[in-house]
Amino acid sequence: MTKKAISLGILALAVGAGSGAYAGPDDDSLVINDELEMVTETAAPAHMEGIDTIYSGWRFRTDETQSLQLDDFDNPAMLTVDQAIDAYSEVDGSENESCASCHGDVESFAGLSAAMPKVKDGNLVTLEDEINNCRSTRMGAEEWKWSGQDMQGMVALIGLQSRGMPVDVAIDGDAAPFWEKGKEIYYTRYGQLELSCASCHEENYGNMIRADHLSQGQINGFPTYRLKQARLISRHNRFRGCIRDTRAHTFAEGSDEFRALELYVLSRSNGLSVETPAVRQ
Amino acid sequence: MADGVKPRVKVPKQASAGDTITIKTLISHKMESGQRKDKEGNVIPRSIINRFVAEFNGETVIDVTLEPAISTNPYFEFEAVVPESGDFTFTWYDDDGDVYTTTKSISVG
Repeated sequence: MTKKAISLGILALAVGAGSGAYAGPDDDSLVINDELEMVTETAAPAHMEGIDTIYSGWRFRTDETQSLQLDDFDNPAMLTVDQAIDAYSEVDGSENESCASCHGDVESFAGLSAAMPKVKDGNLVTLEDEINNCRSTRMGAEEWKWSGQDMQGMVALIGLQSRGMPVDVAIDGDAAPFWEKGKEIYYTRYGQLELSCASCHEENYGNMIRADHLSQGQINGFPTYRLKQARLISRHNRFRGCIRDTRAHTFAEGSDEFRALELYVLSRSNGLSVETPAVRQ
Repeated sequence: MADGVKPRVKVPKQASAGDTITIKTLISHKMESGQRKDKEGNVIPRSIINRFVAEFNGETVIDVTLEPAISTNPYFEFEAVVPESGDFTFTWYDDDGDVYTTTKSISVG
């Protein structure tokens, strides 16, 4: 009898702690530079079964972190973007070409990032692939490392041209097999901890995982400036970090698995605004 | 000149007389503290911005001494009262003797 009473007491305590720790997204709204209103909450795309409403990761961060994204002057990612603006018109490689000599003004990229990755000639292609393709075949320049600051600065600069537009990646037609593969990875449990992406970001968003407030794992703000790393972080780098934290061997940055996962995870952001470059904890 | 140094300033373009305005400044600079060592164990010499001054029409608004513990890309945000139209001049002094200056105008109506 006494034993039973004690175990009931513990159960009540556990339930109490569980519900107390839940704090979903806050009610703040994101307006950048006092003029650009962002969609941080909208109905989930039709293909998502576990979630009704999707929220930007911005809504799960503290007020202090959120405020860094309100004004481009305060956004530390803009320092790297500034360097990318210089690199954009800088001639590099054997062909005497810069990005600007073919593409002209960088504003011509408006809308591109909202629809990447996409399928080209049977391959799923990310923005990083396109940049390196241009560098090697058109400029005769050395390819950039996937998560290097020169690469991610350029990805952020091109993404910035689509900021405020809704994410809209295609998941049907040619893209369907890649999307299915990405979905399979998303729901596969990896590592000694046997966690899938969904374990945290679908079933437990809003809860705390140790000291971290779990978001839905939306990637509409990447490349993201992470305060803890003090630099721009690529999508694949973040995937790798999450899978590593499950104590698994991870896929490599730029692997086909991560390309497929990028397409699938981004399709879960369809409808949210492109926030590139976002600021997170 | 140290690599990648670029001053940035944000000042409102317009204000009313007597308004308190917020000024934000940031200079990209590596702020090498002089405490670190390279792979061979040699001390990497100190290279920081050691002084920052903001002036309005020749009058000092703020004059700051910076020390090696200040992180990379030093950022200052401060308030000023503007009595009349004029120019803000911002000056950063680098350890290597370089001086970086930016000017911003504000019209008071």
